[in-house]
Amino acid sequence: MAHNPARPLSPHLSIWKWGPHMLVSILHRATGTALAIGGGLIFTWWLTAAAISPAAYAIFYHWIVDADPSSAHEGAQALVGLLARLVGVALSWSFFQHMASGVRHLMLDTGAGYELKVNRLGAILTIVFSIVATLVFWAVILGKGN
Amino acid sequence: MAEFALPKNSKIKAKGQVYKAAPDAKTKRNFKIYRYDPDSGQNPRYDRYELDLDETGPMVLDALIKIKNEVDPTLTFRRSCREGICGSCAMNIDGKNGLACTTAIEDCKGEVQITPLPHQDVVKDLVPDLTHFYAQYASIKPWLQTVTPAPAGKERLQSPEDREKLDGMYECILCACCSTSCPSYWWNADKFLGPAILLQAYRWLADSRDEMTGERLDELEDPFRLYRCHTIMNCANVCPKGLNPAKAIAEIKKLQVERAV
Repeated sequence: MAHNPARPLSPHLSIWKWGPHMLVSILHRATGTALAIGGGLIFTWWLTAAAISPAAYAIFYHWIVDADPSSAHEGAQALVGLLARLVGVALSWSFFQHMASGVRHLMLDTGAGYELKVNRLGAILTIVFSIVATLVFWAVILGKGN
Repeated sequence: MAEFALPKNSKIKAKGQVYKAAPDAKTKRNFKIYRYDPDSGQNPRYDRYELDLDETGPMVLDALIKIKNEVDPTLTFRRSCREGICGSCAMNIDGKNGLACTTAIEDCKGEVQITPLPHQDVVKDLVPDLTHFYAQYASIKPWLQTVTPAPAGKERLQSPEDREKLDGMYECILCACCSTSCPSYWWNADKFLGPAILLQAYRWLADSRDEMTGERLDELEDPFRLYRCHTIMNCANVCPKGLNPAKAIAEIKKLQVERAV
């Protein structure tokens, strides 16, 4: 049955009180989309650039990883590179969050973890894990860089 | 496709009526209530009723009845048993679905906001149109189906152990709190059966006397009817009877896998 347009639709999202279980559910979808689109595009660029030529890879490298001091676009490259780092942090967090909630879904599919308290704890743990894992991941990367 | 915003005729107008409690009232509490009058041709609005809690019963339903009896007789809502068994007074209270008769006012913080069950066609005020919900219930054939003849002169017996398998399901009062709490049901109610109906579907799958298990599973094996459940878990979190529709749906999914492998 479709909605009857003669009658108003009662409010839903705008009045709903969210819990961690609901947040984690929509995050699973959102992070999956971010990884597929954002991650997919950057990853494809990286691979194709590496496959084409050193010059093509240099374009990727200078715009995303490290600006080229001899280039006329150094300022713009540094700015885009900074933005790329932010996207990188967001994507790595998306990866860890998506992985953690994916494991949670796997457990739920076996029929375990439906008790309200256990389920709530599981949802919170995926967020704790993804934030800690992202921090550790970048601490290691930036630590190596120095 | 999910439509996140309310349609034009459903947007809630800011200004509604305000009813104040008597000036000598000591324990005042505001109730912000969704109002829609189909005869007015106007959009829904929020009316605010200030009540003296010393003169009001403990439950949200007591407040609604007091408003209807003493403040504003036009306020419309469903209620019957006032003890959590009929499921009539299911509504959204402070952003969570529940029964007004078993939700204590003191468990609500600040102004108590009351709206109809979410994402439903509103007939009037707090009364949603549940025709579709009941039709979906009928679609799963919620009765005992058998092919073998009943034993002569007696009923079909069930062991206490088999009877116990129905615990956590037979208690469902079909109040629709769970189904209307489910975002998947909000966006796909036309095709997804929703938590309440799927819990009932599992109640008949789990019944040792029912002989139509295969046919029932065939009916549910569908990308929408069953598999729109993404274990968001709102259903179990709002059930006023403490049941767990999400768990029942997981059991149906397991039965589907078990018979396929």
